[in-house]
This record gives sequence, C-alpha cells and structure tokens, in this order.
Amino acid sequence: MYSFLQGAFDPALVALSAALVIGCAGIPGLFLRKPGPGQILSTVATILAALAGVPASLMLLFSHSTTTYSLEWGLPFGPCELVIDPLSAFFLLPVYLVSAAGSLFAVGYWPAAEHRATERGLTFFYGLLASSMAILLMARNGVFFIMVWEVMALSAYFLLVTEHEREEVRRAGIVYLIATHTGTAALFVYFSLLAAQTGSFMLPAAGSLSALSPYAAIIALAAFIGFGAKAGIMPLHVWLPSAHANAPSHVSAVMSGVMLKMGLYGIFRTLTYFNDPPLLWGAVLTICGITSALLGIAFAVAQRDLKRLLACSSIENIGIITTGLGVAMLGVSSHNSVLVYLGMAGALLHILNHSFFKPLLFLGSGAIIHASGTREMNLMGGLGKGMPRVALLFMVGSVAICGIPPLNGFVSEFLLYLGFFRQLKAHSLIYLVFLAPLLALVGGLAVVAFTKLYSSVFLGSPRSAAAAHPHEAGVTMLVPMAFFALLCLLIGVAPQVALRLVSPAISSFYPQLASAAVSAEYGSILGRLSLAGVLLLTAAALVTLLWRWRLGRSSVASAPTWGCGYQRGTARIQYGATSFSELAVSVFNGIMRQRIERPALTGLFPGAARCSDVPTETLLERIIAPLFTLAGVSFAFLRRLQHGLMHVYMMYIFATLFILMLWAN
Amino acid sequence: MITLADQLLVLVLLINFILLGTSRQIFSIRAVAVQGVILGILPGLIHPFSWHLVGITIVIIAVKGFVIPQLLGRAVRSAEINREVEPFLGFVPTLLLGAIFTAISFSFAGRLPMLPEHQNYMFVPASIATLMAGFLILTTRRKAISQVIGYLVLENGIFIFGLLLAEAMPIMVEAGALLDLLVGTFVMGIVINQISREFSSLDTSLLTSLKEE
Repeated sequence: MYSFLQGAFDPALVALSAALVIGCAGIPGLFLRKPGPGQILSTVATILAALAGVPASLMLLFSHSTTTYSLEWGLPFGPCELVIDPLSAFFLLPVYLVSAAGSLFAVGYWPAAEHRATERGLTFFYGLLASSMAILLMARNGVFFIMVWEVMALSAYFLLVTEHEREEVRRAGIVYLIATHTGTAALFVYFSLLAAQTGSFMLPAAGSLSALSPYAAIIALAAFIGFGAKAGIMPLHVWLPSAHANAPSHVSAVMSGVMLKMGLYGIFRTLTYFNDPPLLWGAVLTICGITSALLGIAFAVAQRDLKRLLACSSIENIGIITTGLGVAMLGVSSHNSVLVYLGMAGALLHILNHSFFKPLLFLGSGAIIHASGTREMNLMGGLGKGMPRVALLFMVGSVAICGIPPLNGFVSEFLLYLGFFRQLKAHSLIYLVFLAPLLALVGGLAVVAFTKLYSSVFLGSPRSAAAAHPHEAGVTMLVPMAFFALLCLLIGVAPQVALRLVSPAISSFYPQLASAAVSAEYGSILGRLSLAGVLLLTAAALVTLLWRWRLGRSSVASAPTWGCGYQRGTARIQYGATSFSELAVSVFNGIMRQRIERPALTGLFPGAARCSDVPTETLLERIIAPLFTLAGVSFAFLRRLQHGLMHVYMMYIFATLFILMLWAN
Repeated sequence: MITLADQLLVLVLLINFILLGTSRQIFSIRAVAVQGVILGILPGLIHPFSWHLVGITIVIIAVKGFVIPQLLGRAVRSAEINREVEPFLGFVPTLLLGAIFTAISFSFAGRLPMLPEHQNYMFVPASIATLMAGFLILTTRRKAISQVIGYLVLENGIFIFGLLLAEAMPIMVEAGALLDLLVGTFVMGIVINQISREFSSLDTSLLTSLKEE
C-alpha cells in the first residue's frame, strides 16, 4: 500500500504544491468586491492544502529517499534547489497544521463583514507568511533562502501592523522591523562566508565543513545572531513581546507557534554542516537557552497584558528548546550519543509541542479578547462562567505549557530531565546536572504565570463592565482550539508515537547515532509514562464524576467568588493579576521590575486614590533603548546629507560614479 | 556601415551639447526627440537585417522620437513654462564641464579592456559621455521638465552601451529598457503635475519643504 502510494505520486511535489496553494489562497479575495467569499475561499483552500501537506510531510519524514526539485530562476547564484529531507519535513508539520487552524479561526475572529478595510490584506499576507515558511524549509540555495526569509519577515510585518491606526501597534511594528533586519544583516554575512567556504551558494551537505577552520566560528556566530533574532533567544528577544501582543490573535499563533521555529530551524540546519563542533558552541547554546527560559518566564509572571504574558512564555519555551539543542551539541562534541539523543529528542519534541499548545493559548486569548474587549488581565475575571468551553480548552493549554502530566509539555521536559540526570553517573560534563533544578524552577514559575493568567481571567467575579457579559466563542473559533487540545492530549498519553516522529529528524542531524537501540530504550520508558498518563486521566475522570454526583445530590447555593460574607464587597477587592504575582516578581527585582505606583494612605478614611502597575524590562529599557538613543545622537550628522535637494542627491550618485571611473583609470 | 554609425554617434554627442547649452524647453525636447530617432536607427546599422530588428527600430523611434516628446510638450504647454531660468550652474560653465567630461570619457574608454572588434569604435565613449551629460542636466537644472530631459539623456547613454553588449539584443532587454523609460516618464509627469499643483511652480528645489524634520 505504502509503496503503491509512493509510486503514484511524489510526496515532495504534494508538499510543495500545498505550500503554493496556501500562498495563493488570499489572492482571489483581493479582487472580489463583496467581503466574505474571499476569506471563506482562502480558508477552504488552506485547510485542503494542509490536509494534503501533512500526510505528505509525514511520508517524507519516514522515507529514506529525497527528491530534488530545481527552480529555473536565471539568476547568477548557482542552481536553486528545493529539497525536503527529514529535518525539513519535521518542521513542515507545524507549518501546515497551525496555518490551517489559524485560517479557520480567522473566519470567526476577524470576519470580513466587520473588518472590511483590513480583512483582505490580512488574509493575503497570512497565506504568504505560511507559504514562505514552508518554502523556506525546502530552500537549499543561500540567496533563494534569504529571499524567502525576507518575504516571511515582511509579510509578518504587514500582518503585525493590521491595526496600524493605533500608535502602540506602529511602534511594535518598527521595533520588529529593526530587529528582523538586524538579523537579516547577520544572515548576509553568514551566507557570504558559507559561499566563500564552499565555493557556491548551495547550503553545504551535512557534516561537510570542519569547525576548526577560522571562519567556522564567525559563521556560527552570524547564524546565532541572524536566526536567534528571529527565534527570540535571550539577548535578541526585544522585539518579541510587543510584536506578539499587538498582532491579531491568529497571527500571533502563527508567529509564535511557527515563525519562531524558523529561526530554530536555521540554527539546527547550520549545526548539521559541521562534523566536529567544539564544546564551546554547545555551552553557549545551553547557557543562552537556560537564561532565556528563566528570564522569559520571569518576565511572563510580571505581565498584566494577557498576550504579552503568552509572548514572554514563548521566550521561555524557545529557551528550553535551545537548552535541549545545546545539551545535544555538548553530547556531539563529547561523543556521548545518549546525551545527543535525549537533548535532540527533547528539543525537537518541544518544538512540536510548543507549536500545538502555544497556538491553542493564543487562539484562546483571541476568543477572550473578542468576548471582553480588553487585553488587560486586571480588568477581566469570571469569564469562565460565560465561556465554559473556551475556559476548558484554555485550561488544557495552560496545563500543557506548564509541563504537567498527562499532557505533552511534560514529555519533552521529561526527556531533558532524563538527559540531565544521566550525567550524574557520567565521567564528563557532570555539571549538566545543575540544569535540572534550573529547569524545575522554570517549570515552577510557569505554573505561577499560568495560574495567575487562568485565575484572573476565568475565575472570580468580573472586574469591569466589559467582562461582565462574555459570550461563548463560535464554532469556527472553538474547532481549531479543540483540535490543538486533542493533539496536546494525544502526545501526552502516547509519547512513544511522538518519539517515532522525532527519530528520523535526529538521525538526519547526527547520522553516526546508533539510534535504534537508544530509541527503543527510551521508547519503552515513554511507554510506561503513557500508562501513567492513562491512569492519571482515568483518575481525573473518576474524581470529576464523583464530584458531579455529589453535587447533584445536595442542594447548591450560588454566591459571588471571594464574597467571604462581606455585605458591601466589590469585585475590585479580589486578588488581581498584579497582586497575585507581586511576590514572585520581587525575587527578580534586578532584571524585571513590576513598578507599582501606589498612593500613601493616611488617616482613617482616605479619599479615592489610584494605583497603577507597569512591568518594566530592564534589558530593553536600561541597555538597548539607551544604545539606540546613543546611536541616534552620534549619527545625527548623517541626517544633514538628507536635505531634500534633488539635484544634490543626483550629485551624490554622479560623484560616486565619477570617483569609481577615476579609480578604474 | 560602422563608419556611418560612428558619424551618427558624433551627432548624438553634438546634441548633448545643444541640450547642455540651451534654455528653451521646447527646443530641448525636440533635440532629445532627434537623439531618440538617431538611436532608433543605430541598431539597424550594426546588426544584420531581420524582421525582429525592424520591429524594434519602429518601436524605439515611435517611443523615443514621438510619444515621449509629445507627452513632454504637452506638459510644458500646460505648465506655461518655456525657459529654464536661473539654473544652479550657468549655461557656459555647464557646456565647459560637458566638454571636460566628454574628454574624460574618451580617455577612460580607451583604457577599458574591450574586445578587439569594439576597440576602434565610438560606442563606449559616446555612451559614457551621453550618460555624463544626462547627469549634468539632472544636477544643474532647476525645473522639473529639465530633470525629465536629463533622465532621458541618461537613458540614451545606457542604450548606446547596450548596443554593444549583445550581438542581437534579447527582446526582454529591449522591452525592459523601453518600459523603464515610459514608466519613468509617466512618474516624472505625475511628479511635475504634483509639484506644479502644490507649489504653483515647477521648481524642484522647493521640494525641500517636504523634508522630514
């Protein structure tokens, strides 16, 4: 059956055409006069393409042969090849899944009838973004790669500034644009050096470069800056929170769930080139990763904006993935194949997991914002009563992202813990054990952050009039969320299946690995985990049934949450989001500050007063923003060149030409 | 045939000097039109006969010799500006500079490593000299129409160079160049309209008021 299917069509061609269909899905809508049909058409096309693309990617993941397509592009940069190897196929899965789900969500969240002015552009660039990411994964020519990379970066920009009438959105857009182009500048260096090393713009084959050559370190550094800026690894994350917070929610889902992974893909791909990476590279990745994870989640705890919290938690998850990758690289350098396996499996599985639960949470936040009209958690509350389905699905996502069994977040972190603890008995790299408590701290802070989020949004009583009458999300919004929740649960209870998805990508990354024995061993460990997960689920179901049964038997009285018998209590007396996290944030006072401005209360009956809270990020405000101001001041003289006199502009060109001519003379 | 081409190129160079030295806009436009027609004839002189070539010649002559000058003439009449007054650099200094640049381009072209069959002809020096003349017009004149003329002359210089590059120019290149020219003229036409509406003048130096502070 399998071979018959493979004979009938080529999965790579299917994956490629699916990407192209998604890219073109928004075009008809641009020319239709009536709003609505274009959006529906694009959604249907995207979902159909994804239905073809996902099985094709799965087939490519497990097939041992790769097909090469060559694009006749007539540019002098060598052949432009499109190849899907297992590593690309693995990253393709979330691209198709998340873009299709987000496209369906948009029908309910950003309906064309209500957003006539922006819907067309949004639908078009959304398709372009998804398609460019898919093609990026196939590109094997450096110049083509950069072109597709820019299409991706710019379409994300246009999606981000959809609501450009708001000052805050424009600002976020500018910051994103600067950050992404700084990254692109590093990529120019990267591809030029690679071309200088190999003699062509084709990306080098796995293991074909030596890390000992003097350029290798610069190549790796350029890749780290260029791709790391896109992924949001810690010193390069400054654009991420505001960009994710200000984009429409389904766009945030794609940006966080998939676009960040493109940066990681670049780093993964780069590391495959080298056959003998030094220990330093792994160490740098590990340190940056664990720092991102810790600080990212610390920032998340302090946020009071719902989507900003989710965005900061993306930094944390990217940090966890980077840590896994760093540990795997340490394993490669020290020829410890089990460490490689556990690090890579943890990292890759976490990529897959994060691209399921983070879109779930972002789509959920879209539903919440749609219902309550605000992103400010201190103004929400009690939404769970009005939108129980969204609340349940959001709960699944929150539990998954905190790494609590039996959901998928636990599985990938479990693999990493196994890797760390294994080092206890090892002869070298024993200090990796210290990563385990750090990762546990990250997990604990994640629980704080998401308890804060869930309780202040869904529990308690409404804190503002807008949140008082929430409405349940429509079917088109619930279905994508339920789909992701199901995937989270599936990976959670059947982790050994997910591990099989990851294995081909690992062996394409590190072919020397005798992975059959190792993967069988950890497959059986995860099998036991799966059993535990099923037991846990059964227990949870039993407790729920018992609770329902007890509830049905006795009489139920309803009273306001946190009512505590007070006669004149108001909803604002409840624990708010800020008060919940105040203590946890105070621990990180140096790097993250929750500036709470409160009036001094005097006398027995103080008058009305205001209290406000501004989470400030020290890195951005104390270091990066002053650096930019400094650059602005020191390059002010360049502004004098731009004076508006057209003739003198011409003169610049003329003078350049003339000097070049004289020089050539 | 090549000697005839060289003589025509001398004519092109002379037209450059006319353009540099005259202040009357209508006259400049006619001179550019003549230059365009000469350039249209040139490919026919240096390449062997083919219907493809005939088509190109007709299109080039039509666009450079008639369509664009018509558009420009209309712009001049509707803006009612007949003369370039107060250029940034006077006409005599411009002419002198033009002469110097022409000399430099001849000396520069002599040093270029060219194919032996191109060495004795004037294509490259004429091309560079025309390009320089275009730049001179662009930088020294104040009125928007003169800017368009400078742009056209610049394009003509590039066109002469293109004559050498390929034995029979691929049609894409020609189409691209012509399209470029037309679009450029259109854009400039729009700019002219906008400038004259905003500032009730065609002086491009007034554009500084658009500068971002």
